[in-house]
Amino acid sequence: MVIGAGVVGAACAFYAARAGLSVAVIDRGPVAGGTTGAGEGNLLLSDKQPGPELELAKVSALLWQELADELGAVFEYEPKGGLVVAADPAGQLALAAFAAKQRAAGVTAHEVTADRLAEYEPHLAPGLAGGFHYPEDAQVQPALAAAHLLRAAVRAGAALHLGERVTALLTGPGGAVRGVRTDRRELAAGAVVNAAGTWGGQIARLAGVELPVLPRRGFVLVTEPLPRVVRHKVYAADYVADVASGSAALQSSGVVEGTPSGTVLIGATRERVGFDRTVSAPALGRLARQAAALFPFLADVRVLRAYRGFRPYLPDHLPAIGADPRAPGLLHACGHEGAGIGLAPVTGLLIAEQLTGRRLSTADPVDTAPFRPDRFA
Amino acid sequence: MPTSPSDADPCGPYDLAVIGAGPAGLAGAVAAADQGLRCALIDAGARPGGQYYRHPAPGLRAARPDRLHHHWPVFAELADRLAAHRAAGRISYLPHHHVHLLERREPWRLHAATGADGSGRATLRAAAVLLATGAYERQLPFPGWTLPGVVTAGGAQAMLKAGLVLPGRRIVVAGSGPLLLAAAASLTAAGAEVPAIVEASTYLGYARRPGVLAATPGKLAEGVAHGAALARHRVRLHRASAVVEAHGGRGVAPAGGWERVEAVTVARLDADWRPVPGTERRIECDALAIGHGLVPQLELATELGAATRVVPDGTVALRVDARQLTSVPGLWAAGETCGVGGAELALAEGELAALAIAGRAPVAGLLSRRRRLRAFAELMAAAHRPGAGWSDWLRPETEVCRCEEVTAGAIGEAVERLGATDARTVKLLTRAGMGWCQGRMCSSAVACLAGMAEPVADSRPLSGPVRLGDLAALPED
Repeated sequence: MVIGAGVVGAACAFYAARAGLSVAVIDRGPVAGGTTGAGEGNLLLSDKQPGPELELAKVSALLWQELADELGAVFEYEPKGGLVVAADPAGQLALAAFAAKQRAAGVTAHEVTADRLAEYEPHLAPGLAGGFHYPEDAQVQPALAAAHLLRAAVRAGAALHLGERVTALLTGPGGAVRGVRTDRRELAAGAVVNAAGTWGGQIARLAGVELPVLPRRGFVLVTEPLPRVVRHKVYAADYVADVASGSAALQSSGVVEGTPSGTVLIGATRERVGFDRTVSAPALGRLARQAAALFPFLADVRVLRAYRGFRPYLPDHLPAIGADPRAPGLLHACGHEGAGIGLAPVTGLLIAEQLTGRRLSTADPVDTAPFRPDRFA
Repeated sequence: MPTSPSDADPCGPYDLAVIGAGPAGLAGAVAAADQGLRCALIDAGARPGGQYYRHPAPGLRAARPDRLHHHWPVFAELADRLAAHRAAGRISYLPHHHVHLLERREPWRLHAATGADGSGRATLRAAAVLLATGAYERQLPFPGWTLPGVVTAGGAQAMLKAGLVLPGRRIVVAGSGPLLLAAAASLTAAGAEVPAIVEASTYLGYARRPGVLAATPGKLAEGVAHGAALARHRVRLHRASAVVEAHGGRGVAPAGGWERVEAVTVARLDADWRPVPGTERRIECDALAIGHGLVPQLELATELGAATRVVPDGTVALRVDARQLTSVPGLWAAGETCGVGGAELALAEGELAALAIAGRAPVAGLLSRRRRLRAFAELMAAAHRPGAGWSDWLRPETEVCRCEEVTAGAIGEAVERLGATDARTVKLLTRAGMGWCQGRMCSSAVACLAGMAEPVADSRPLSGPVRLGDLAALPED
């Protein structure tokens, strides 16, 4: 029983159903109704420093490619590559040091000197000090990705219960989790997977365990449709520092990318303000300034809309993946912060492997110890 | 401190900023100024009056703009008071200001795109905000609705009131709601032939609450006046019927001319608005004016978390207290934003809001007028709520979202195969509602097609398109 019909829950259901398990997915809302539907769909290696998250991301990047081959062009998979740019020579040096560490960990990164930036992005602001090109960065349309993974899971036999809220977890002998109670009925299950994203802490509490998932708000701006003027995912060097920051205050670094529909997405702010949905003028203003600093032509482009989402954030910025030793029968697959779309397939695969007790992929095995759900206890 | 109009800062701070210069906003601004408040009256349009009192630009030299309007003297009087308050420096009237972002601060900040082409920008400050942003038309798609010659009922009236232009010579008026009678009456008065008014409801809803009808004789008289005018022009009213298709053709125009509507198919509807097979008839026309009532325009308030209520017509409106205060402190609302109810109700609510903002006791007559008119509005709303069966007249290839060219078939697929159970998810999976109008044209239809039992307010953090450079100028703190 997977709780959550976002992209992570969809991937868990997909790999579990394909491994022959009998699977059901339950969500209080529709498909992709939470953070998935508010994501930009980044599949990134470029922003990850060597360590456990990068190891996950490397496997996941391969899995996304496989999924795109298998399911077809239905979720707008684009292996378009990322371009990280530096405003000044010191920034370029910092990027180079970061890229060197990533290369040692198996990431492909090419230095792009200032004079060659225009070959990659003809409309970039003049005067940048240089950048790095990450050809393995890619993008999907996250809501479509979740919906089509779920559809494939359903074809493999999974059941889908939308608009049904989990109100309690059922327990069997010895306190093991054995299903869910909903606002309509009881559903028994051999195991329950908590893929409730930003709301994963609430599901954990139903089992009497603590998982400190907090919301980290982000705004994204969407422009009018344009011809393809931004080719890569382009962002400024300070993005990486923002992602890793633990600060609650508003942070933002321009991340600009085109989409197949012609709109340009401009992300992304990071703020810890709880579940406050109020539109924030300072946040939108800062995004706009940073986007215009990267691509001056954007200043005269019209922004059609903005949206916000709440990233599921854990204190060490790593997700919780796997069985919870404090609550037998309960597995967690949440807390991916801003990387949930990218890390969804590997998360689903790891969960399915734990559930079946066997390897389901030829990819290099990932050490799951850093993602143990009880590591904050 | 500003001492005269000439040295007053146009950005404020004002005691009150009124967003929208239609009946509610105009009444609110002049009443507040009467009480001594310094007001900004901010409007996206070029002239005060909003959609209801829309009138031609002076350059068109309309001899009798009042002939297209009921209650013109009411507007004339408000316009005179506005002029006097402007001259005295109590009201800054700011046309061509589209407020796209409202910030809850002390004082409030209102960020607007300015100028006829929206290329300028302004940030205004005010201690209180009165939201009088009115409503936009509800459309239900049907095959052929994107043909040239098919216009909205309100659009047809706007063309006439502002430009003295008719959308055609033989115009079918269709949809649902009291706007249809008014539109048909204006069109015939301006010389058009209206072969039919096609109203989807049966009007039976009105008869169930005779007490409310008796308490609003003005509304009855209005209906009777429209009815008499239409009878004089031999306009036929088809109740419980809908235009289920518009047909295009090149007519007698020179060969190679543009295709436009040349006829419509009208069918009877059952109680759920399902077309009854075998009842179709063809009506020749060269234009179709169609609308299914109005949808309150709320996003500036809902993005701040203002509480809403579901109106019996299936739309969402702001919840306000007896003083017209929303659930957000300092944010007041009047007129259609509180539930569509027409100009007379908007005038009463605007004035009541102004009195409350100025700290004055409400006038008893205003309170009872609001109560009567609001009750009538809810009754009308219930009568014109679209029946669930309307989508039967769609075909898979019928476009529902015109901006993004999303068909009914694509929406059906998202709902049936991809797990979309609400309008937001349909939008995420199909792009329906993501285009220029941000769902104003299609979101009612999409919500129905997604099978939503209860409507929810549309989410629009930006109330309209904004130059990125203007967003970049938003202050950091």
